[in-house]
Amino acid sequence: MRNFKTTALLLTVPASLVAIGLYAAPILQVLALSLTEPKLGLANYQSLFANAAVGRVVMTTLKVSVMTTVLTVLASYIVAFAIIHMSAGWRRISLFLVLMPFWISVLVRAFSWITILRRRGVLNSTLMDLGIISTPLDLVYNLFGVTIGMVHYMMPFAILLLYANLSDIDRRIMQAARSLGARPATIFWRIWLPLSLPGIALATLFVFVFSLGFLVTPALLGAGKTLMIAEYISVQISSTSRWDLATSLSTMLLLVVGIIVFAAMRSPALRAAFVARPQQ
Amino acid sequence: MALLVIEDLAKTYDKVTALAGINLSVEAGEFVTLLGPSGSGKTTLLMSLAGFTTPSKGTIRLDGKNITHVDPEDRNFGFVFQGYALFPHLTVANNIAFSLRVRKWEKAKIAARVTEMLSLVGLDNLAERKPRELSGGQQQRVAIARALAFGPRILLLDEPLSALDRMLRETMQKELKRLHRETGVTFVYVTHDQEEAIAMSDRIAVFNHGRIVEVGPPRDLYKKPSTRFVAGFLGENNFLSGHRADDDETMVEAFGTRFGFAPLRGHRERPGDTLTVWVRPEDIRIGQATGDEIGFRATVVENSFVGAVERILLKTVDGEEMVATLRSEAAVAAAPGQVVDCRIHPSAIGVLPGEASGS
Repeated sequence: MRNFKTTALLLTVPASLVAIGLYAAPILQVLALSLTEPKLGLANYQSLFANAAVGRVVMTTLKVSVMTTVLTVLASYIVAFAIIHMSAGWRRISLFLVLMPFWISVLVRAFSWITILRRRGVLNSTLMDLGIISTPLDLVYNLFGVTIGMVHYMMPFAILLLYANLSDIDRRIMQAARSLGARPATIFWRIWLPLSLPGIALATLFVFVFSLGFLVTPALLGAGKTLMIAEYISVQISSTSRWDLATSLSTMLLLVVGIIVFAAMRSPALRAAFVARPQQ
Repeated sequence: MALLVIEDLAKTYDKVTALAGINLSVEAGEFVTLLGPSGSGKTTLLMSLAGFTTPSKGTIRLDGKNITHVDPEDRNFGFVFQGYALFPHLTVANNIAFSLRVRKWEKAKIAARVTEMLSLVGLDNLAERKPRELSGGQQQRVAIARALAFGPRILLLDEPLSALDRMLRETMQKELKRLHRETGVTFVYVTHDQEEAIAMSDRIAVFNHGRIVEVGPPRDLYKKPSTRFVAGFLGENNFLSGHRADDDETMVEAFGTRFGFAPLRGHRERPGDTLTVWVRPEDIRIGQATGDEIGFRATVVENSFVGAVERILLKTVDGEEMVATLRSEAAVAAAPGQVVDCRIHPSAIGVLPGEASGS
């Protein structure tokens, strides 16, 4: 057994080296830069809090992330709930459809949304042709467009997380509730919802953390008008060469995400999601 | 009139027949067990009674009212599930109170009822525990208390003891009998364990291939089964081939001897026809036959000690093997290889039509 364990540990060494070399080292470099550029100290971090532009970007990021998270989890819960109630055949087809967006590059998906949502896009011209609206609606290059694109990107992940959680719940529990006289609405609010809290918590955390650092979709659908942190950082590095600002903001983002994940993992619902349920 | 009447109930799934022509009446306060091997239709019937399965044909009546298509939540039947299906996020007390909250009972009434149910199943101190903090036997008691709390007309139980170990199972059998006695609720109980069925039931309905083969009190089914299936499924049994004596309608030949037997009900065997003769292991004794007893000689093949009794495997002169269970002191003489005299009282012998090997 001991030998087996040692061998198993040794086998993880190459992967660990790659992870440290390609992931941990650059992060440490970013950290180092944020503390030394242009001179040693915490001055970069102090100026972050005084910077009004950074404040606006952070607010936008939070607004988009919260909206994306709420909409994604809500919509995904409905889809996952529907899927687990389907027959085996329909369930396979539905899960296949859920996974289909993964075949398409995130760039293509963002551009598709632009074609649909822009002022002369598919949606606006259809609505105008039908006489429902007289002037095109501003559906893209704003908060609305960014949120739509991000919800679309996040939903498959959230659906799969919620599906895994919901399909784990023993269906006889619902039969028991029915035999005790509970009607569908009662069964949903008193049984389904509390039992799926771990899945909801996990999906919420995942989508929110993912949203905070999202780059491609907000960059394309926001077109610089709705600016989120990741794009702002990217601009500081590639256009304005403000390494001090970029690295200190990156470090702050990483720190905040770390704190959120750490705090969330201490909640009972999320702990339940990670602890294997005892088999009956 | 019976409390529950099942008439000509059938269920087919894509041409697979799960239930066919089930007729059964259950009296108020009765403990009826649906017994059969897995896939025999007993659980399908229970699920139809609960309303979770819609029968393809037939009716279920409660107090004469047709409830075949009433939703499970409107039937007011308690259901104890295999694996209990307790609400994992609710305490024991809230599990039990669930049906009462759904029925919008007053708070004080709910509290009183929960206390009453907890003491009924002996869990007074565990009201605030979560199901995962309880042992299997305790979870079982919660499941029963939860199903009885709202005062159901009928309690349906689906193999509730199958997950428990042997010792606990026997304790819970007594508990269930006590609960049945004390509450007066009608129990319909599904199991594949014939010992469990015999120990608890007022009546047993034996299932095979989606049909009820026989219904009756355990004693009658054990002592006077009228089918080969029930004779073999309920308790241990020895089947030997015999035939009707050539010259006499009431004589049967088996064990190398002939003995009188009442004509078989509903069957018309002619002299010379093959018959199945059965005898329970506990009815075979060692020693010279006296009086009416049937005597025969057999070779001891194997002798194994199983606790209260010894199991002796015997081979008759016809080459048929049979098992006898003897008290240890009576088994001393039965060493393997020895030829012994055996005796059976004719009243202990059963005769059924057809081949011994078939079913």
